[in-house]
Amino acid sequence: MKLGVLFSGGKDSTFAAYLVKKNGYKIACLISIVSENKESFMFHTPSISKTSVQSEAMRIPLIVQETKGEKETELMDLKKAIEKAKKEFHIEGIVTGAIESVYQASRVQKICDELNLECFNPLWLRNQFELLQNLIKNKFEVIITGVFAYPLDKTWLGKKIDKKFIEEIKKLNEKYKINPAGEGGEFESFVLNCPLFKKKLKVKSFQDFSAGENSWRRELEIE
Amino acid sequence: MILVVNMCKEKMHELEFVKPIEDILRKSNKKFITKHYKKLKKGDINNAKKIIICGTSLKDNEFLKNLDRFNWIKDFKRPILGICGGSHVIGLALGYKLKKKKEIGLKEINIDKEFLGINGNISVYHLHGLLVLPEVYQKDNLYATIFHPEVRNKKIIEEFLKV
Repeated sequence: MKLGVLFSGGKDSTFAAYLVKKNGYKIACLISIVSENKESFMFHTPSISKTSVQSEAMRIPLIVQETKGEKETELMDLKKAIEKAKKEFHIEGIVTGAIESVYQASRVQKICDELNLECFNPLWLRNQFELLQNLIKNKFEVIITGVFAYPLDKTWLGKKIDKKFIEEIKKLNEKYKINPAGEGGEFESFVLNCPLFKKKLKVKSFQDFSAGENSWRRELEIE
Repeated sequence: MILVVNMCKEKMHELEFVKPIEDILRKSNKKFITKHYKKLKKGDINNAKKIIICGTSLKDNEFLKNLDRFNWIKDFKRPILGICGGSHVIGLALGYKLKKKKEIGLKEINIDKEFLGINGNISVYHLHGLLVLPEVYQKDNLYATIFHPEVRNKKIIEEFLKV
């Protein structure tokens, strides 16, 4: 079955893509939605424009769809991108990295239903620490590119997801209820390397932007 | 031993519709075995103390072409919980009719008679295009929900483990 993966470049959608291949399906294309709205309800925003570099590293075609990112029009833009993937790459289903968000999952389910496509959410309800450990076990190199909740601050930008990170986030989960996978939008990530990549990506430079002490995003330049 | 019945046509859907149920059983320290409905043997049914029949994706109705694989439901006397597609096969085994009704997403429902530790207004996650039984169903050893309790109502599954 040929599938299209909704791809943000972060750990969840990349791990979902990895599971597609591991389970014997074909990734026909990646689909990235670039939102002008940094507060998007649906889509991951930091460093999203770098998904083209990741798609090249995977040698998988990418469809990029821009959206103003207003609550319901972004869904129309998402539908437009999925329709394009169906037409150009003959996909039979969509894959998402949704874990707990019924908001995201049910909206993608509805679009897939309207377009007569299967919908796969291979990370659905997965224990968040299990997911972080899965990333390390499967040699994913992931860095933090955005933090949006107290007590996360600028010092977290660029941190690698490793055993030490899991220990730190575990403590914050106990004390501040920070979602360990960041799915509540507490943090966003970017994948520099994983088994799907033919070459490892390197950060050439970066620029940090702030909207408050506990709201930072890092825009990356990739070599 | 609890028997978990996998209803998925697509292997990758097992991560979405079967693994979350298995994770609840693991967390409750319950021994279980998972089998696809097409691969069930008499021994699997006979050895099961309880059975959970999972759901599957919105587009996957392949189990409707294989209803003869579920003839064991009527003869099994120990507790069975059917979730979504699992609820459909229980209803069809009991002779109820299949209707088309699509619901996707969260919905507030009212359970007026206690069902596996739940009653009153609750928020449930729907993902179905068909309907046989009502939101919740219980008769003798048979329990069923049209919604997916593993998403927002894990307590229902935990209570079923205590039945």
